[in-house]
Amino acid sequence: MKSISLAEHSVREVNQLLHDQARELTEGQWRITEPDGRHALACGLDQELHVVIDGHAGYYCAGMNQKATVEVNGTVGVGVAENMMSGRVHVHGNASQSAGATAHGGLLVIDGNASARCGISMKGVDIVVGGNVGHMSAFMAQAGRLVVCGDAGGALGDSIYEARLYVRGSVESLGADCIEKEMREEHISELRALLAQAGMETNPAEFRRYGSARQLYNFQVDNADGG
Amino acid sequence: MDDHRERRGLRESATFDRLTIHEIQRAADTGIYDIRGFGAKRKVPHFDDLLFLGASVSRYPLEGYREKCGTDVVLGDRFASKPLHLDIPVTIAGMSFGSLSANAKEALGRGASAVGTSTTTGDGGMTDEERGQSRTLVYQYLPSRYGMNPVHLRMADAIEVVLGQGAKPGGGGMLMGQKISDRVAHMRTLPKGIDQRSACRHPDWTGPDDLAIKIEELREITDWEKPVFIKIGASRPYYDVKLAVKAGADAVVLDGMQGGTAATQEVFIEHVGIPTLAAIPQAVQALQEMGMHRKVQLIVSGGIRNGADVAKAMALGADAVSIGTAALIALGCNHPRWEADYEKIGSAAGFYDDYHAGQDPAGISTQDPELSSRLDPELAGRRLANFLRVITLEAQTIARACGKSHLHNLEPEDLVAINMEAAAMARVPLAGTAWIPGQ
Ligand SMILES: Cc1cc2nc3c(=O)[nH]c(=O)nc-3n(C[C@H](O)[C@H](O)[C@H](O)COP(=O)(O)O)c2cc1C
Repeated sequence: MKSISLAEHSVREVNQLLHDQARELTEGQWRITEPDGRHALACGLDQELHVVIDGHAGYYCAGMNQKATVEVNGTVGVGVAENMMSGRVHVHGNASQSAGATAHGGLLVIDGNASARCGISMKGVDIVVGGNVGHMSAFMAQAGRLVVCGDAGGALGDSIYEARLYVRGSVESLGADCIEKEMREEHISELRALLAQAGMETNPAEFRRYGSARQLYNFQVDNADGG
Repeated sequence: MDDHRERRGLRESATFDRLTIHEIQRAADTGIYDIRGFGAKRKVPHFDDLLFLGASVSRYPLEGYREKCGTDVVLGDRFASKPLHLDIPVTIAGMSFGSLSANAKEALGRGASAVGTSTTTGDGGMTDEERGQSRTLVYQYLPSRYGMNPVHLRMADAIEVVLGQGAKPGGGGMLMGQKISDRVAHMRTLPKGIDQRSACRHPDWTGPDDLAIKIEELREITDWEKPVFIKIGASRPYYDVKLAVKAGADAVVLDGMQGGTAATQEVFIEHVGIPTLAAIPQAVQALQEMGMHRKVQLIVSGGIRNGADVAKAMALGADAVSIGTAALIALGCNHPRWEADYEKIGSAAGFYDDYHAGQDPAGISTQDPELSSRLDPELAGRRLANFLRVITLEAQTIARACGKSHLHNLEPEDLVAINMEAAAMARVPLAGTAWIPGQ
């Protein structure tokens, strides 16, 4: 385990050290201390590293992650794990807006609450939130699964494509083209697996499922002329 | 025919002309707005309204072919450790795979590389064809983030954060179901055949302060190697350019309202944004006031068709220009050899703008395998390279006549305008006077 303090090193130095591991893996375990809300921490990783950030991180923590596991013992700013491709990001605290935005793969776990636009434009990632999510979550969500153990804010899943949303608590309102869907056995079992992966002890049978009504997929053309 | 009608006393309304009447009828028939490709077709003040003052007694010209007139340009040396070094200041604009066929993308890469300039990905990700054939490839980072991934980000030579496009400032992209083939659907993680509408706002930042942090992240991920461009559609360029510079851009791409598009509502194309001519001086003023002109490069696009346009944009203060529509035409778009096929789909060579429909007879704006096989990427690349050479030579011809040993030495002082609108927008004197309206 290598420990680096951001009180002594710049973000650039720390990220470069982590990026160098993609070329040649010499140290797999990293601890970053005194992050003090700095942005772009541990972003662009491309190696099977385990990175622990001890404290609060700013915007885009673990952005575009590939392969690595990043844990944050604190809160994170906007866009944690944005566009993640693979690996695992676990926030032991709350997250700001756009958590997991556009992410293609991997697992994002937020033990606390996530703010607005959680999972916006998600493209295959799995996101499990222990608490609530804010408004416009899963906006234009294309693929992947968003699990919310608490409540969801307004306009959930607005203009959603093929992502699947599971919410245990209340949903303030559903966005355009998002509807509640039947919770079948296959959904309960995929949810059970996701909750287990995220380390959440919640009963999957208590969730409701939401997804696309697929009414906005194509333009409506009338052809009144009989064409 | 028209004369005949006039002789019969039939008078066409200037307000409700035939095109207007046709559009009302079309809207009533279908219940959907008109979507098309190409750029604005209305007439707006443009580079044609400017003229160069060639040298004579008071200025000293350079010899046509013999004396050196440099064309190279460096883009993105403000912060990036690996800026782009291009041989000519004409780059290929971002056009998505999806809107264009893989062959067309490859041809753009081949043509650009042959003359030492860059090409650009688009809303839909990077294809192997274009990366393979592009010596210098700019990777677009768009609101949709379709196909966006850190592997391609690192494979790119520069990153272009797209905030808008001249054809539709404030609007997102569109790709109609006919063009969402299996490959396109897979690259964009979308269901096949849907009418796709891309986001118009970035999903993980709002406002210039966030953008600065976003750029910092992109630089961190790519270890501060790649130049970061910011592309804006021309609407309020004076403010947008200032904010782009403040957010940390290495270069600003400014796209005027005549800029091409693959698929946008006609009402958007024709009625939103300002002409390229009006946008450049505002952008240059913003850069000059910040002491950043020539430090943060300005790349101008939107209706660039020939070497005169290149020279005029540069004289007004651009460091480079970018072409979309002209590049497609050079590849073979709207070519008369496909006249019969254009007629069949209700268009004509020289008028074809239904890039959204995916039936392009020239095999460029299509995903249909049969149609796209009509475009030979090698041959089309050669045609593009020829065109790029010609417009560079044309720009040099003008620059030499103005006594300039590099295209970058062209200046507003070399220009006059032939009408008041252009004089006011371009901020150069009306020909034969010392008068710049508004100054
Ligand atoms: C077929 C086509 C596809 C385009 N796709 C994109 C795109 O994906 N992203 C983008 O920023 N601009 C896109 N554009 C706009 C061009 O990048 C560029 O701004 C414009 O074409 C410049 O104007 P010009 O066509 O008059 O040269 C597209 C344009 C065309 C014609």
